[in-house]
Parts: sequence; C-alpha cells; structure tokens
Amino acid sequence: MDIKAYIILSLTLFTIGVIGVLVRRNAIIIFMCVELMLNAVNLLLVAFSKMHAMSPAAKALPTFASDAQIFVFFIMVVAAAEVSVGLAIIVMMYRNIHSVDINFLNRLKN
Amino acid sequence: MGITTIAFILLSLMAIGSAVMMISSKSPVHSVLWLIVVFFAISGHYILLNAQFLAIVNIIVYAGAIMVLFLFVVMLMNLNAETEPIKNYRLRLIGILSGGSLLLVLIAAMMKIDVAQPVLMSTGDSGLIKVLGHALFTNYVLPFEISSVLFLSAMIGAVIIGKKE
Repeated sequence: MDIKAYIILSLTLFTIGVIGVLVRRNAIIIFMCVELMLNAVNLLLVAFSKMHAMSPAAKALPTFASDAQIFVFFIMVVAAAEVSVGLAIIVMMYRNIHSVDINFLNRLKN
Repeated sequence: MGITTIAFILLSLMAIGSAVMMISSKSPVHSVLWLIVVFFAISGHYILLNAQFLAIVNIIVYAGAIMVLFLFVVMLMNLNAETEPIKNYRLRLIGILSGGSLLLVLIAAMMKIDVAQPVLMSTGDSGLIKVLGHALFTNYVLPFEISSVLFLSAMIGAVIIGKKE
C-alpha cells in the first residue's frame, strides 16, 4: 500500500474534525472532534512507522520501528488524562450556565 | 486487487462515513456512537498494519473508557434530546468551505512529495506486544512512570474541578 493513501485518509479524518470544531456549537461534540483529530494523527504515525520499518536505519537500531508506536501509546495516555479533565470542565460549565452551548461563553467579549 | 487493499478501502470508507455522520447527527448520543464506529475502523487499520498492541489499546482505552465517559456525561446532562437548534446556515457554510480549502491545500502539498517506499502491511514484528512491552520497560521506563504521575494529577484535577463549592 502506498503511503499516500494513508496520508489522504488521515488528512480527510483530520479535516472532518476541523469542520466539526468550526460548525458545531455543542461543547461535548467539539471535544469529540478534537479526539477524532488526535486519532487521525495517530493513524498517520503508525503508517509512517511501518513505512520506515524496512529502511537501512531500522537495520542498525533494533527498536527503530517500535519507537513510533510507543510514541502513539503515550499520545493515547495523554489523551485519556486530557479527556478526564476536559469533561470535568464541561460538567462545571453546565452547572454554572445550565447549557453546553459555547455561544453562551461570551463573558470575556465585553 | 488483493484482500488487503479491499480491507483498506472498506475500513477507510467506514471511518470517513462514520466521521461525517458524527459531526452531522443532531443528538449527542448518536454522535458518541458514531465516534465509537470510527475508533473501531481505526483499530481495524492498526490490525491491517500489524500493530496489534495499538489496536487493542485503541479499543480498550478509546472505544471503551473514553467514550463511556463521554456517554456518561451526555446522559448525566440529559442532552439526548436535540439541543442545538438549526440556525445560522451561513456560519455552517463558511466552516465547511474553510475546512474544505484546508484539505485542498494539504493534499496539494502532499502531492509534491515523492516517496517510493511502500508501507509494510500485515508483516513485521515491530507492533507486537512482546517487542513493544520490552521497549516500554527498558528504554522507556521513566516516561512510563512519569505518565502515572500525570494520571494522578489529572484525577486530582478532575475531582477538584468537579467538586461543589
């Protein structure tokens, strides 16, 4: 499989995430679109690691190809921590303004 | 066309279609369920790339833990009715146009590159649990332990933010 197929797939998923952040007004759905963007980047990192698995540099260093996958693993770890704090913030916001619509978050405007 | 190519195309269509359904469905519960379908499709891609550890972790952590957390918050706020009145088509059109032009620019930049090296499909042992576990507990043991401190601080932070006054 060509790497370009993976790049196009990841770019499409990433762009759908960007469009979701721009279009939707619900804070939870915006947060989910951020998760989608993270996953698109993870998929691309794994595809690149499998592309470079046969390169000459990978022959010299035994852990060359698995380093990228460990990188993806740590991205997932950080994303899990980020989701717990982010959802706590959204729950707090719902408790204060009784809505998760981000159009109500305009107090810094005036 | 081999079976790998067919599986790649099917999983890609599933991922993109579910992602579009996720941002276009009215109810937040449906959005969460469509996002779970996207994560399963991405896990299928990992299996296709022989990254078995990441496929399992993706299902357990993302489709399991994180999406259950999202679903729990959505149910807790009683948001399963349609909460977002459809208005402001102009803003929606502008969002879709700017996202589409971003995709256009990125793909146009990608077309310039010239990589002849193919992606290794369904072979190679770099994604096996044995190899990754060995690397994780020898070379990367310090980041692994620090990430547990990160989890502890995230947990304390979530409790403090979510606590009543």
